[in-house]
Amino acid sequence: MTSDSIDIINAFALLTNFVLLPALSYGSQLALGALAVTLVYSVLRFSNFAQGDSMAFGTMIVILLTGFMISRGWTISGIPTALLVIPIAIVFTAMYLLTMDRLIYRHYRKIKAKSITIVMSSIGVMFVTGGIVRFVLGATAQKFEDGERFIFSVREFKAYTGLEQGIAFKTSQFLTITIAFLLVAFVFYFLQKTKTGKAMRAYSDNKELALLSGIDPDKMVQITWLLVAALTTIAGALYGLDKGFAPQQYHLLLLPIFASVIVGGIGSPIGAIAGAFLVAFSEILLTYAYKKFLIYLLPLSMHPSSLVQLIGTEYKYAISFVILVIVLLIKPTGLFKGKVIVDE
Amino acid sequence: MNNLNNVWQSYRAIISFALMGLVLLFVGFNQSWALVIGIINMSLISAIMALGVNIQWGYAGLFNVGIMGFAALGGVSVVLISQQPVTEAIDAGGIKMLFALALGAATIAAGVLLNRRGVNKWLISLIVVIGYLFTRFYFSEASKLIEKVDPAITGYLGGFGLPIMLSWIVGGIAAAGAAWWIGKITLSLRSDYLAIATLGISEIIIYVIKNEDWFVRGLKNVYGLQRPVPYEVDMQKSEWLQNIVAWIHRSELQFLSQSEQIKILSDYVREASVVFIKLSYSGLFLVILVAFIVLSNLALNSPWGRKVRAIRDNEVAASAMGKNITRQHLQIFVIGSAIVGVAGALLVTYDGIFIPTAYQPLRFTFLIWVMVIVGGSGNNLGSVLGAFIMWFIWIQSGPIGLWVVEMLGNYVQEGNASLEFIEDRVHYLRLIFMGSIMLLIMRFSPGGILPEKNKEL
Repeated sequence: MTSDSIDIINAFALLTNFVLLPALSYGSQLALGALAVTLVYSVLRFSNFAQGDSMAFGTMIVILLTGFMISRGWTISGIPTALLVIPIAIVFTAMYLLTMDRLIYRHYRKIKAKSITIVMSSIGVMFVTGGIVRFVLGATAQKFEDGERFIFSVREFKAYTGLEQGIAFKTSQFLTITIAFLLVAFVFYFLQKTKTGKAMRAYSDNKELALLSGIDPDKMVQITWLLVAALTTIAGALYGLDKGFAPQQYHLLLLPIFASVIVGGIGSPIGAIAGAFLVAFSEILLTYAYKKFLIYLLPLSMHPSSLVQLIGTEYKYAISFVILVIVLLIKPTGLFKGKVIVDE
Repeated sequence: MNNLNNVWQSYRAIISFALMGLVLLFVGFNQSWALVIGIINMSLISAIMALGVNIQWGYAGLFNVGIMGFAALGGVSVVLISQQPVTEAIDAGGIKMLFALALGAATIAAGVLLNRRGVNKWLISLIVVIGYLFTRFYFSEASKLIEKVDPAITGYLGGFGLPIMLSWIVGGIAAAGAAWWIGKITLSLRSDYLAIATLGISEIIIYVIKNEDWFVRGLKNVYGLQRPVPYEVDMQKSEWLQNIVAWIHRSELQFLSQSEQIKILSDYVREASVVFIKLSYSGLFLVILVAFIVLSNLALNSPWGRKVRAIRDNEVAASAMGKNITRQHLQIFVIGSAIVGVAGALLVTYDGIFIPTAYQPLRFTFLIWVMVIVGGSGNNLGSVLGAFIMWFIWIQSGPIGLWVVEMLGNYVQEGNASLEFIEDRVHYLRLIFMGSIMLLIMRFSPGGILPEKNKEL
């Protein structure tokens, strides 16, 4: 660090380690959550405020199952146990979400309630779900990652490349990016190519017409919740593997998720993903302290003395909000034109 | 049976309030009067808050999920108006802070103005970014200077040292300002954008309050706020209170010796002073609540109110009649939020202490919503009733939960792991409990206890 020469490679290694990789994985986690919100929005026609807490619920199941597996010794070395239990956790989460739909949302669909009424009931669900999670696991933060922690660590990277600045690639980051990519690809394939997916899109575009062509609305709703359960559980589990589990943090994820959805254009799946990465990158780029980066790039005389951080980390949720406000001011339909739901 | 039902239908409000009163009387006779008046005071404050939300929801169908934030703005203004200024801190960093804030404001103003003139977007962004960097630099310098001044006691700029009652109005104005800004951005768009935006702004307001120590001391809390009513100690010295207490207990006192009389009397006077202070708060809150209800009912029956109801009942028709719906919604949103702000200020005044961590969405946003829904959305009296019922349940649910745990403890052995587990987390059941009440009322009795009567236009 004492070198006074300009060192571009190390500067970018630094950015990769502290900005690019974290933002990519955070963006993937947000993208899955945002995709779930978008699906609920297009098919069931309301903004699901319970999304953050549903993710906490899915993660809670993952944590409980992981604990059980580890206590029995049913683990595979090198692989996080959480990964093995995700399929079972998805089943439980799907059961929970379907029960909530049966008990609460179905009634409002039947009486054709205004969408704001359903939003309100989703806030009720949000509190109930949050309460269940906090009651079972407590409100304190916890980690449930086991297995190999790094694909390659800083030391290995340094030894291999000889650079001064190392890059660590965490297993959780690798898993997040890969799984999110595969899952998103699957959802798009499902929506575009399969018969059920096409029926779902038809149902979301025009309910009456879809009913006339013999599409079963209950089936559409169930499949939506199944997809949402998968997205929700995986997003929650990956976020937890990456950053640890804390109910309040999951609850607050609602803000960046909504920001992603609205930036991308509410109701547009591709927009939700683009929005998620936009939000994730802005959050991390703005809260990163550029001091070290600038030290690599600038001659000694211009080295900064302060942290060169644009916004304090404590305000990271404010960034999503500001993005949201800017989009609403400039282009309320979002980057990719979403749909507007009119009360029937 | 049918007859009884008719009576219930026509005197719903009176019967419900009478029942609520009986429950409170029961608690008063069995527990303590200070407790009951405490519950009444908190219910009155909650009722004002619920009234504000009810105006937004019942008059215009606006869904505000950020009640917590508006209430917190009210609380902040209590600190800023009533606390004495900290002169050393102002000398140390006041001017610098003022400069930083002015710079920030100038940057935003420049951005907005240039954008209106149609100047190149990149140029505007550059100007805003540079302005931001300078603002941030001066801002952090100034806040460091201010926070260094005697951090254990002050470490902030203090307030203006004005009478605390003024802060209630200022609290309303502050909340109205925030509401105006949020409403301006979101109200012309889809209905749930408002919900999302209010949720966001309320979280951010709380983050700012918690993190900016120079502003209202952050997590260090602000103690010893002014009071609009006298202190208990002063009350105990006042002759007339002693005379009243002596008169009330005259039959009990007359057979005692002089020294015993004085001893017992001083006990009674101490208790009476606490009750008296709480009662004077009740009087204040009641006057404000009644004033708000009367004003809003008058407004609702005026030409303005007819317009409001016309828009609520049929937006399309009203807009065809040339009514500006967005403007109307903005008005109502601002008015409702201002009332919430006033209530937030009253709450901090009553507590006498400003604690940022007390602002929890469950307590401030959600509980108030449940009050509105339980009481009957759209009905002002319903909100008041809902506030009394829900606050009573809220305050009693803690002891009841503990009681349940104790009962369980009788059956389970001491030190049992699962019992400790439940003891530890019983308060999270409140989330589930309140959420279920809200969902059940919405599902099975959407009108609430006192449904709004459909008035003819």
